[in-house]
Amino acid sequence: MNRKYYDSIIIGAGSVGAPLAISLAEKGISVLCIDRASSAGQGNNKCAIGGIRATHSEPAKVALGLRSLEIFRTWQERYGDDISWYQGGYTYVAYDEGTMNLFRGNVPLQQKAGLNIKLIDAPEMENLVPGINPEGLLGGTWSPFDGSSSPMQSCYAFGRRAEELGAEFAFNETVTGLKIYKNRIVTVTTDRDSYSCGSVVNCAGSFAAGVGEMAGIELPVFPESHEAGVTEPVERLFDPMVVDIRKAPGSANYYFYQHDTGQVVFCITPDPPIPGTDTSETSEFLPLVAPRMTGLYPRLANLKVRRLWRGIYPMTPDGAPILDRCGPDNHYVAVGMCGQGFMLGPGIGEVMARFLTDEVNETDRLVLSELRLDRQFTSEEALK
Amino acid sequence: MSSQEERITRHPVLEEHGIRKVEFTFNGKPAVGVEGEAASSALFAMGIHVFGHHHTDSSAQGMFCANGQCSQCTLLIDGIPRKSCIVPLEAGMQIESLEGLPELRDLPGPDVRPPLRTDTGVLILGGGPSGMAAAIELGKKGIDTIIVDDKDRLGGKLVLQTHKFFGSVADCHAGTRGIHIALLLADEIEKLESVDVWLDSIVLGVFSDGTVGIRCVDGYRIVKPEYLLIATGAREKSLPFPGSTLPGAYGAGAFQTLVNRDLVRCAERIFIVGGGNVGLIAAYHALQAGMTVVGLAEALPVCGGYKVHADKIKRLGVPVFTRHTVLAAHGSEKVEAVTIAEVDDSFTPLPGTEKSWKVDTVLVAVGLNPVDEFHRKASQFGMKTMMAGDAEEIAEASAAMFSGKIQGLQIARELGVEDISIPSDLHEKAEVLKSPGGELFPYDPPDIREGVFPVLHCMQEIPCNPCMTCCPKDLIDTSGHPIMGLPEFHGSCVGCEKCVAVCPGLAVTLVDFRESSERPLVTIPFELGEWLLEKGSEVTVTGWEGSVLGKAVIAGWKKAAGFPHTTLLKLETPADIACRTAGILIQDPEEIAPLEEPLEVPLPDDAIICRCERVSAGEIRRHIRSGIRDMNHLKAITRAGFGACGGKTCAALIERICSEEGIGGREITDFTDRPLFAETELGWFSGADDE
Repeated sequence: MNRKYYDSIIIGAGSVGAPLAISLAEKGISVLCIDRASSAGQGNNKCAIGGIRATHSEPAKVALGLRSLEIFRTWQERYGDDISWYQGGYTYVAYDEGTMNLFRGNVPLQQKAGLNIKLIDAPEMENLVPGINPEGLLGGTWSPFDGSSSPMQSCYAFGRRAEELGAEFAFNETVTGLKIYKNRIVTVTTDRDSYSCGSVVNCAGSFAAGVGEMAGIELPVFPESHEAGVTEPVERLFDPMVVDIRKAPGSANYYFYQHDTGQVVFCITPDPPIPGTDTSETSEFLPLVAPRMTGLYPRLANLKVRRLWRGIYPMTPDGAPILDRCGPDNHYVAVGMCGQGFMLGPGIGEVMARFLTDEVNETDRLVLSELRLDRQFTSEEALK
Repeated sequence: MSSQEERITRHPVLEEHGIRKVEFTFNGKPAVGVEGEAASSALFAMGIHVFGHHHTDSSAQGMFCANGQCSQCTLLIDGIPRKSCIVPLEAGMQIESLEGLPELRDLPGPDVRPPLRTDTGVLILGGGPSGMAAAIELGKKGIDTIIVDDKDRLGGKLVLQTHKFFGSVADCHAGTRGIHIALLLADEIEKLESVDVWLDSIVLGVFSDGTVGIRCVDGYRIVKPEYLLIATGAREKSLPFPGSTLPGAYGAGAFQTLVNRDLVRCAERIFIVGGGNVGLIAAYHALQAGMTVVGLAEALPVCGGYKVHADKIKRLGVPVFTRHTVLAAHGSEKVEAVTIAEVDDSFTPLPGTEKSWKVDTVLVAVGLNPVDEFHRKASQFGMKTMMAGDAEEIAEASAAMFSGKIQGLQIARELGVEDISIPSDLHEKAEVLKSPGGELFPYDPPDIREGVFPVLHCMQEIPCNPCMTCCPKDLIDTSGHPIMGLPEFHGSCVGCEKCVAVCPGLAVTLVDFRESSERPLVTIPFELGEWLLEKGSEVTVTGWEGSVLGKAVIAGWKKAAGFPHTTLLKLETPADIACRTAGILIQDPEEIAPLEEPLEVPLPDDAIICRCERVSAGEIRRHIRSGIRDMNHLKAITRAGFGACGGKTCAALIERICSEEGIGGREITDFTDRPLFAETELGWFSGADDE
């Protein structure tokens, strides 16, 4: 059988796979990106709400976030596509001393890591988010360089760019097996075809563990679902992504921002988490999130909810991605994005491309070391 | 703003509701409306058709669905952006047009209690003919049932139907007007203890835990039914043509809402696109409301609606253009004119055949699509669910009542109620009532010049037989089939005129030579208002399909006893045309003549497909030609389907473009269905306890 050969086959054309296809194709590598959906970013990428930040608390994610931010920010001027980038910043609000103290401890560390973030007091917060409930407001953090983009538009643009560079996509195709010979994956089999390859990158998001099994390795990636919603558009109310990390019955944090189109996009983290890959909409979500949002920002009570959806966070035990080469010699993983695949994807794509071509730099080494598969998975992310 | 209110003050069938006039303001200027009517209708009554301008391209926005589904009628009402077609007018309201995106002001949200969870036996979505019929069956068995409707009264589209129903008297109130059937059924439901009626309640979504989220008057409710019956009816199909999104271009159903429910004179001169029953009836309703219908276009060689519906408007002087399509609605801020053209066998317009008219309204009546998204969701989530009425299959309301009745019995049986027998002929009758117009027979009226006898100008097999059942002498028989057969008269008529009064198609006349063999009297049914008649005056009479037969003199008229709002008009006609006389001409052909020169028409690809996000046919076609087959992908690029209506309008139109491009349904990945199915303020989900 005369199979088509690709230097690299990427499994998953989502937030990570699509930008990785660009980075590999830019290096002149022949790439095939396989996805079960019918176009790029139609899996859980499009369920992301679109927030993009570099203001994480772990060095690897800071580095990946900074690079990703730059790619999103400059995309339109470099390639012309409108991806609805909006540099509105991120703000974490504090209504109690415990939360404020957490920020007071974190912010100096983040500043030391080179991030543009500062503590702000209540009047500054009211200035930043006009209309925020002032009752009990203590202040919070403010990172003006963070922002947002449309996951659908972005991933579409990434896919198109990759194609322009010569990458190929196989849509509506599900990978069913990996043929391993002498500890190398030689063939990727799908429900429609099979392809020979030089290397394979698992970017399969919530299906990562299953693809890992095909390669004979166990990946500690387990899906959890989160629900999100979007409203009708209105004139700009406020700039930043507003994050409230207080816990309430049924939920941990929740956050919302106003998209470039004027629509408010919102999401909540259920507590306890909801494991599994079920993406059907629940009746609990709106009654859970609406009072919290309208409590924090009262005039949202008159804003109409347009659509709800539920997406999957491929979680890892410590809330950070896994970037590594493992199992068969030519098998790479960029998995376990923990709901941050969209905001970290472009940066990860570049690092992984250099990893595949043995061109890693100093920062890459640091990132790959921190996010390797055989780490302890003990740390807990301070600011999700 | 018009100085005089544009309201229908006299109507042959509808009576003015008990009205209380209230004052409000529009863009700061004082205005008057009727308390409780839709705010949008109040504006129409003030002559305001432009409700604002779109934020993307400043195009004028106005009424489209009049049904709470699309958000195009959004206005700032007391500072809050709201869908004006579902906001009841209150005294002192400050209404502003929506120019671009609204500003979200710092105002209190809806005053509601916290979300409530409720269980029930059966939840029926939709209080139209099928939902009501099902509720009656379930109520009779004592099953806990909640019937939900987004309007302020039960009836669904029955409340817009001023015409008499087809079918049979025994099974579905044939010969009675839809508006009256709605009241009959609602009365019956009120007597049933186990049936709860939730009005003004909008279904927002069906969720994975087998619940249904409903925005009720006092707050949000999450209902978990044992059985879910979807009786949500249909939504109107749209047709894209340049100008199709201008204020003044909307669906025939929306028109009937404005005219028949709210008694608003929303138009003066109308053109109708589509010759199905909905379009034909809309033309008739427009004439009843005193409006001018300059024409009706149907792309097929014959109208798809019942022939009697087409004929009755032709007799009144509405030109029906078969094998014609609309090319454009013209105007900058609202519809000012329309252009149509003849089409060939492949529906391509033939150059040189264009005709234009000055009109203020273009009604689109090109068919209905089932509202089946709730059913898709409920099935996906494994709920026990069924559909009834138009949601299941588009047909007449008489058929919907039947299907509701059957589904109601079926559900009762599935819920374990014993002794439920579903009569075997029910299904059969339901199927018959769903029949479209059948075979046409040659028109051959009698040429008798003595005595008294009815003439049946009914030559198409349709499911209808009240003429047979009302004849006190049993002289009318529907040949061959109890309901589908053509009616035939044999015997000695007593001249009671009941068959004239009852016929839903207005296709029966009574010819009476007893007084005079030279100038016989012909009785015709007349439903356009007695104020149009003048005793002793000469009128032009028309034959069954509208051809002018000659002149006649109005001898008099009377109300038909037992048939509300039906006038029996007596014409003194020449003997030779008496048997063929079927109507009188109301519209002056000169007044409805097209312009001498047709207007220039923009390119078809200028038509807007996604009216929420203003995406054109050309743009969508370009992407489809570039290889896009995933509607979600198309949505990501163009935003088509991202808007307020959730793809309810554009999805079918995009499918149409795909098929024009030779791309079949199998190659296409559809939009993903997501709640909410009607946009709703966050405040509805965040009600707080009073304490």
